[in-house]
Amino acid sequence: MPAVSKGDGMRGLAVFISDIRNCKSKEAEIKRINKELANIRSKFKGDKALDGYSKKKYVCKLLFIFLLGHDIDFGHMEAVNLLSSNKYTEKQIGYLFISVLVNSNSELIRLINNAIKNDLASRNPTFMCLALHCIANVGSREMGEAFAADIPRILVAGDSMDSVKQSAALCLLRLYKASPDLVPMGEWTARVVHLLNDQHMGVVTAAVSLITCLCKKNPDDFKTCISLAVSRLSRIVSSASTDLQDYTYYFVPAPWLSVKLLRLLQCYPPPEDAAVKGRLVESLETVLNKAQEPPKSKKVQHSNAKNAILFETISLIIHYDSEPNLLVRACNQLGQFLQHRETNLRYLALESMCTLASSEFSHEAVKTHIDTVINALKTERDVSVRQRAADLLYAMCDRSNAKQIVSEMLRYLETADYAIREEIVLKVAILAEKYAVDYSWYVDTILNLIRIAGDYVSEEVWYRVLQIVTNRDDVQGYAAKTVFEALQAPACHENMVKVGGYILGEFGNLIAGDPRSSPPVQFSLLHSKFHLCSVATRALLLSTYIKFINLFPETKATIQGVLRAGSQLRNADVELQQRAVEYLTLSSVASTDVLATVLEEMPPFPERESSILAKLKRKKGPGAASALDDGRRDASSSDINGAVEPTPSTVSTPSPSADLLGLRAAPPPAAAPAPASAGNLLVDVFSDGPAAQPSLGPTPEEAFLSELEPPAPESPMALLADPAPAADPGPEDIGPPVPEADELLNKFVCKNNGVLFENQLLQIGVKSEFRQNLGRMYLFYGNKTSVQFQNFLPTVVHPGDLQTQLAVQTKRVAAQVDGGAQVQQVLNIECLRDFLTPPLLSVRFRYGGAPQSLTLKLPVTINKFFQPTEMAAQDFFQRWKQLSLPLQEAQKIFKANHPMDAEVTKAKLLGFGSALLDNVDPNPENFVGAGIIQTKALQVGCLLRLEPNAQAQMYRLTLRTSKESVSRHLCELLAQQF
Amino acid sequence: MIQAILVFNNHGKPRLVRFYQRFPEEIQQQIVRETFHLVLKRDDNICNFLEGGSLIGGSDYKLIYRHYATLYFVFCVDSSESELGILDLIQVFVETLDKCFENVCELDLIFHMDKVHYILQEVVMGGMVLETNMNEIVAQMEAQNRLEKSEGGLSAAPARAVSAVKNMNLPEIPRNINIGDLNIKVPNLSQFV
Repeated sequence: MPAVSKGDGMRGLAVFISDIRNCKSKEAEIKRINKELANIRSKFKGDKALDGYSKKKYVCKLLFIFLLGHDIDFGHMEAVNLLSSNKYTEKQIGYLFISVLVNSNSELIRLINNAIKNDLASRNPTFMCLALHCIANVGSREMGEAFAADIPRILVAGDSMDSVKQSAALCLLRLYKASPDLVPMGEWTARVVHLLNDQHMGVVTAAVSLITCLCKKNPDDFKTCISLAVSRLSRIVSSASTDLQDYTYYFVPAPWLSVKLLRLLQCYPPPEDAAVKGRLVESLETVLNKAQEPPKSKKVQHSNAKNAILFETISLIIHYDSEPNLLVRACNQLGQFLQHRETNLRYLALESMCTLASSEFSHEAVKTHIDTVINALKTERDVSVRQRAADLLYAMCDRSNAKQIVSEMLRYLETADYAIREEIVLKVAILAEKYAVDYSWYVDTILNLIRIAGDYVSEEVWYRVLQIVTNRDDVQGYAAKTVFEALQAPACHENMVKVGGYILGEFGNLIAGDPRSSPPVQFSLLHSKFHLCSVATRALLLSTYIKFINLFPETKATIQGVLRAGSQLRNADVELQQRAVEYLTLSSVASTDVLATVLEEMPPFPERESSILAKLKRKKGPGAASALDDGRRDASSSDINGAVEPTPSTVSTPSPSADLLGLRAAPPPAAAPAPASAGNLLVDVFSDGPAAQPSLGPTPEEAFLSELEPPAPESPMALLADPAPAADPGPEDIGPPVPEADELLNKFVCKNNGVLFENQLLQIGVKSEFRQNLGRMYLFYGNKTSVQFQNFLPTVVHPGDLQTQLAVQTKRVAAQVDGGAQVQQVLNIECLRDFLTPPLLSVRFRYGGAPQSLTLKLPVTINKFFQPTEMAAQDFFQRWKQLSLPLQEAQKIFKANHPMDAEVTKAKLLGFGSALLDNVDPNPENFVGAGIIQTKALQVGCLLRLEPNAQAQMYRLTLRTSKESVSRHLCELLAQQF
Repeated sequence: MIQAILVFNNHGKPRLVRFYQRFPEEIQQQIVRETFHLVLKRDDNICNFLEGGSLIGGSDYKLIYRHYATLYFVFCVDSSESELGILDLIQVFVETLDKCFENVCELDLIFHMDKVHYILQEVVMGGMVLETNMNEIVAQMEAQNRLEKSEGGLSAAPARAVSAVKNMNLPEIPRNINIGDLNIKVPNLSQFV
């Protein structure tokens, strides 16, 4: 007898389904459905009360209609009525309808909750299970509020049936995932851990899932689960295939439970207890040994189940990353799988190896498989697998094999699937930059990229090659020669024209000596491409032309002719027209000297994180983009997940961008805030012009900002070289901060400019700007009286060990401030490492003979060194999960002190410094942000989430960063802002 | 966690759709279509895993699927699930369907959608694996079946009669019109015997 009775279903339902299936067209189907909906509606609305059977039938029809993709906007009430039926089948369909089609109608939720409450209290295990299923499937906050407190009780009650315990465990897990704050921890937690010893394997499986989730937040509460999990695991892996009877799946004992147990253990570091650890290692070895045994069945299910355990075992070994012996065995095992005939196993092996490549113990072992992986990239039929192969090549790349890997990836690019081309381009660009030993190789590689896959070379990539060529004078000549040759091709990609145009405009003179690339030849080569190009490229070429006039006076007449042509001077495009007019005039009126100054070679670009790396990170999860950076702790990769401290080893294993540009040796102009965002390249051609000379003195806001912008190397910005101010009074010399200092400081957490302090004598204004770990602050001291201040001495004091965390250089100001006058003081700030307390500003002066002194907190808080990081939802969640150690998270729930306005909140969060990420949080009311705190010694990735609750006028703020103290401090700072 | 379980046939007609994460109905339909197109273009003997479509969350989610005769079974899961484990879970689900329906075919899923949901409910709950022991699941279904029979069979007849009487218009009783009504139920009853 089949377990499902087929014959006695609902006849009306069967007839309806048959009708639908017989419909010849979509229209006929819709017509039939509408007819049925009208029928059901009238039945529900009719005055004759329906019996349970009819309700059940109609609700079932509605479910079917919903499955076909039609909206169902009624029937909820009838379904809710079914919940209170005392017949199992009616109750069951009612619950099914509710779980599939819940509606957040609060009135209904109340009724549903009521029915659930009754069923939970019924002591009828079948009804209890239905109710628990419904809570788990809906998982809404309202339900959480109503039941979160009851379910732990049901879970650990001695008299609960196994099936109820199982459902209760998963129900609680679901509620905890949806709203962790609603699930109270308590004495039940200890008893949950002991469910790992339960006789019933189903209960154990459910309990392991629950504990795995709970222990991430409260590792200490659940610590005892380690030894229990290890002994359970060890019993399973050492049991014979028949020991566990029903839980043996194709000769593999309890595969799901084993996998879950191995996952649970990955939440913890290796067991401390030597006996437990020994037992675990033994179990892991058993699993590895079993993999070598001949299969007990030819069925694919057998090998799947066995390998599911094996892969999870390998994950645990990689997670521990402490047993070189096991790591190498894991690597060998994966190596075998790389050549396995099962595509699934090849896929998973490539994926696991990616993580293995980041372990220092196994990196070398992974590298031995390079040929197999390259072969996979070339020959796999499945794009999913090829993609994993490309990921793995990226992860295993280091200086020794970079050339081989890059050339293989370039070759693959020619035939790669369109969907993954851009990603491959980014990876090649990053690897080429990271491991370039000579820059000519780098330039060749990028130009090859443009040649092979020009359409997929994003702006970031070609901007980057320009930055590097600009900053490295040893490669400029080679670059000019190479682009000149590349441009010879009859059809070359527009990106090539852009790169070529820019490089020849800057460095064309380096190859002008060769008659084959004399200035007129260079010009006519570029100009032959001009008409085929888009407006943006043509604009760039016009800039190149004016630079040619400066570089090669002999081309002046030709170029002026081109600029003068009607097609330029009267071009419909405003940008082109303006450039043509301005360049033409400039070339005719300016003297050679002025031209030479205006069109001088671009200054080196200030160093910053490779924009390509950032882009790849945005595109892919960190697993792909930064496997290498995270795992091998590359010093200067600013990865959001790592507080990465530079180590001496970076000397021998050079790391990405900074090294390549050689800026380590020659420190960049320190406070230069590097605005030359690559997007401004075209504009920057002129940014050295005399017009952009920094103006001096207190300036309006705009000028203030622009002054900070051009990276003019001649301006006295050598912050590091600045002599320390002569006499810094120790903290003991100054008074305690004024009582309102903290409040004043809070005002500046989310903004940079404003009035810091004001009393009847003095007003202190602040304007500041921060970039990366550097900042510059202007303090304006205004004398509000008509009497001169004398001995005016503002000083900055570092209390405690702040000296080692924050360097603040001040310039002395005039000792007298006339009545009604304002003096300005510039502070250069460098954040050396994370800090908690702000520096103090002590202002002392004499007013009418009386000494005045005042101590304030300088509005420099750690969040000022935020660099916002944009990322997609999936990256965010992945990172969020990675920062799941309890100490990495800080959370605060607090009452709103200001009206809860979403726009204001947004502005504050942006002011706080993190990027605001839209469409990340499933709840649009919530705010999610990400950023990196930049300090000289380390970078701290920060993720934040703010959940406003308008009803309660409360907020919940959660910060996750890679550093405990930073999490707490940021949380405190930000919590005071709302 | 399992985000969604989708079963559709070779033409993309949905046969079972279960979401464990709330998506608006409109999006649910789009996800089914998107997933269908992602899976359809794949050969039969390449790997069973691929990255999720953009609607369901992109590369943080994996689609793990199996193709049986006319039906695709697709589980969309996050990174906390073992790929091979889920692949086996699909097999358990299908084998259970097969046991419950005796040689399950697409038509069973169409005409007994409710039953299919109940079976799934025994395997996956709120996106988490509830039970993997096939015998246990089948036993649960048999128990449900017995309950259903006891409710729908003869023992339920009195209850039905009562409800029929309750629904009658009282003044009409003397006219005995409802005898016809009762007669209608009789053939229904006989088939349970």
